[in-house]
Amino acid sequence: MADQSLISARGLVKRFGDFTAVDGIDLEVAPGEAFGFLGPNGAGKSSTMRMIGCVSTPTAGELRILGMDPVRDGTRIRARLGVCPQLDNLDPDLSVRENLTTYARYFGVSRAEARRRADELLEFVQLSDRANGKVEPLSGGMKRRLTIARAMVNEPDLVLLDEPTTGLDPQARHLVWERLFRLKQRGTTLVLTTHYMDEAEQLCDRLVVMDGGKIVAEGSPRALIENYSTAEVVELRFADGLDSNAQYAAKLDGIGERVDPLPDRVLLYADDGDAAVAEVHRRGLSPASVLVRRSTLEDVFLHLTGRTLVD
Amino acid sequence: MTTETTTVRGAGDPRPLRPVVAVVERYLTLYRRLWQASVFSSFILPILFLVSIGIGVGGYVGSIEGVDYLSWIVPGVLVSTAFQICVGESTYPVLGDFKWVRAYHAMRAAPVQPKDIVHGHLLYMIFRVQLSIVAFLLVVVFFGGLHSPWALATLPICALLTAAVVTPVTAFAATIESDSYFALLFRFVVIPATLFSGVFFPVEQLPVAIRPVAYASPVWHAVELSRAATLGRAPSWPIVVHIGYLLLWAVVGLLAARRAFARRLED
Amino acid sequence: MMTTLVAARISVSPGRVGAVINRNVGALRSGPSYWVVLISGFFEPLLYLLSIGVGVGALVGDLTFDGQTMSYAAFVAPAMLAVSAMSGALAETTFNFFFKLKYMKTFEAVLATPVRPFEIAVGELVWAVIRGSLYTAIFLGFMVAMGLTTVAGALAAFPATVLVGLAFGAVGMWVSTLMRGWQDFDLLGTGQFALFLFSGTFSPVQNYPVGVEILIQLTPLYHAVELVRALCTGIVGPGILVNIAYLAVMGVGGLWLASRRVEKMLCL
Ligand SMILES: Nc1ncnc2c1ncn2[C@@H]1O[C@H](COP(=O)(O)OP(=O)(O)OP(=O)(O)O)[C@@H](O)[C@H]1O
Ligand SMILES: [Mg+2]
Repeated sequence: MADQSLISARGLVKRFGDFTAVDGIDLEVAPGEAFGFLGPNGAGKSSTMRMIGCVSTPTAGELRILGMDPVRDGTRIRARLGVCPQLDNLDPDLSVRENLTTYARYFGVSRAEARRRADELLEFVQLSDRANGKVEPLSGGMKRRLTIARAMVNEPDLVLLDEPTTGLDPQARHLVWERLFRLKQRGTTLVLTTHYMDEAEQLCDRLVVMDGGKIVAEGSPRALIENYSTAEVVELRFADGLDSNAQYAAKLDGIGERVDPLPDRVLLYADDGDAAVAEVHRRGLSPASVLVRRSTLEDVFLHLTGRTLVD
Repeated sequence: MTTETTTVRGAGDPRPLRPVVAVVERYLTLYRRLWQASVFSSFILPILFLVSIGIGVGGYVGSIEGVDYLSWIVPGVLVSTAFQICVGESTYPVLGDFKWVRAYHAMRAAPVQPKDIVHGHLLYMIFRVQLSIVAFLLVVVFFGGLHSPWALATLPICALLTAAVVTPVTAFAATIESDSYFALLFRFVVIPATLFSGVFFPVEQLPVAIRPVAYASPVWHAVELSRAATLGRAPSWPIVVHIGYLLLWAVVGLLAARRAFARRLED
Repeated sequence: MMTTLVAARISVSPGRVGAVINRNVGALRSGPSYWVVLISGFFEPLLYLLSIGVGVGALVGDLTFDGQTMSYAAFVAPAMLAVSAMSGALAETTFNFFFKLKYMKTFEAVLATPVRPFEIAVGELVWAVIRGSLYTAIFLGFMVAMGLTTVAGALAAFPATVLVGLAFGAVGMWVSTLMRGWQDFDLLGTGQFALFLFSGTFSPVQNYPVGVEILIQLTPLYHAVELVRALCTGIVGPGILVNIAYLAVMGVGGLWLASRRVEKMLCL
């Protein structure tokens, strides 16, 4: 198993001074897989990604990337990685195309080949018409696509994407997703981090939920929802909500599998949402609004950490 | 699922890498964009300086050490120009590539090592400075400011000075967090080094207590060598001492810069 | 529309101008390095004085200027003083002002309050002149200590340096509203340095060919140097009235143009 993995980690730890950012995680990522890290701010996702990218040395534990040791073979490993960091680090003084060709040269790609790949990748991320323009006036989504294209310029075996769509509008996100999906279809192994459940559900074959530097759950999106949530969730809002949600939760006790009072609403976990709603009314409670929806990774996260994921 | 996960696909082969060349290429690509702006600071200003001080003030000075004042300060202004370019290009641009542009982090994510970046930057700087020095010499010939074919030796001298200055300054830039330290570097190191290293008047005129500071400055050693070259005479100290001292700065600076880059790009 | 703009520009609230200045004082606390940078601003002109004025001055000997013989250092020192007033004010109103205008969006935030563009311009300018005057006061102290001017000369020259700061600060602020990006600062820096070299700072302008001399007499730093030198050396003639008028026009015109540009850029 381990020798087949592109990434294999055992008890991986990263400390900054006294602070432990990554606290002993185990991972296996197989070739061709799309693997995700889901977690709130400060969970340790980027710290893990930077160790995988061989730009940050693990404090403790075992890590092998592409079968090699990142400390000894960092340069050889990086030659086969494509990295899209959390913060774009495009070169603002170079043109869009030059950003790709210059970067390709760091991998020892010949000048002619670099140009050919740059044009092909610009086509792929739909930036061909901006090839000779500057980077600065590009929109956030365009910059992100350019960074993703840059990560592909060495035809990597493994692509690391740290929050590929954070800060993008829905349309731009869908375009990025679509491009990443194509990469995945071509057989490229993707490792990405995200705050967004929908992104994880769309792109990842398998994911881990991180919180406080630890992995708190692992599996496919489907399996995580099945294991940690119910098929449906009922969201109830009461007119005099806020302070009294805990009291309402007490009154709702026993309906469905679990009741979770949040500051602004009460969540009812049940496999049959409509039946649960009927039971709520039968108990003489009349919420101001009722919403029955399918369970998502957000519910998984809430269940695992007791906190919401975004905002 | 195959077991051949470590097979090299595409251009992943790390052997033929020439990362230093790639780093130099990036700087040259940037320079092609920005050279017009640098013509002012690295060429026109030094000439204006020469006119204002060399000719304007020189009219009052008459001759010094047996030559006219203009000829005397030509090597000084030449070296101080090289010095200014070195410091200018190793401060804000270097910190910027760490902090704002994050170009070094991008390189680091590729198979480029911190020391490759340091070497690439240094090679590019030597090229930049040589270009300015050649242009400067061409103009100064017409002012009658060069008195010996040895003037060509200012090119290798300035290359050595570049190495002696660029490396410690990049090491400094790689260590600090805020660019306001540069203002202090300029004010307390660069400008004094320009004004009191024998560029405009002999350091023998300085009070005895301050003189060692001038001798400690790499600028003074480069000025001495260059002045000997353009006037065709022997420098005040043995040539090997001047060269050895500059080399010392270059070697120590290079080690410091490599260490600082590795530290900053590591975490 | 036009009348309200004009009215808004004329009614300046000292309280609001004070608030703009106060923000800059607050920025001072942001870090120890900014303090040191700010305080040590007098250092550069002083170094030039020591290097060129005293160092090269020893090679030059004495010099005759306006019929009076003086040491070369005494000739250069007032020029360095004027340069100090210029660059102290310009440091705030160009680089820092541009940064606040374009990148920190400081003014956008300020304009969401009752503070008006003209008040921002006045506040920034006053702050810049305070900064510049700090340098000139210290520098004058050195000049008196080195015997390069008298106490009376220093007292007369100080208000002149304030005027120089106002004039350059205001025009600098207007110029920074026209800047496209950082690369334009290279040009500005070059221009500033050229003025520094040729405004009668290091040798009397009368030494230049007549055409060049007239050209120099049109540029601002020449008038600043003339005025300050006249007051420091005590060789005062009616010419200083022209110098004063020139600098006053720069100050008023620059301030007006600057606030108009800020208004155009941020209020429309
Ligand atoms: N270089 C560093 N020095 C000190 N602490 C650090 C450093 N890098 C990260 N940390 C800390 O480690 C923790 C995890 O950070 P990390 O960037 O890995 O989180 P993340 O999961 O990527 O969060 P986000 O979603 O906000 O990007 C944070 O508390 C952060 O402050
Ligand atoms: Mg992160």
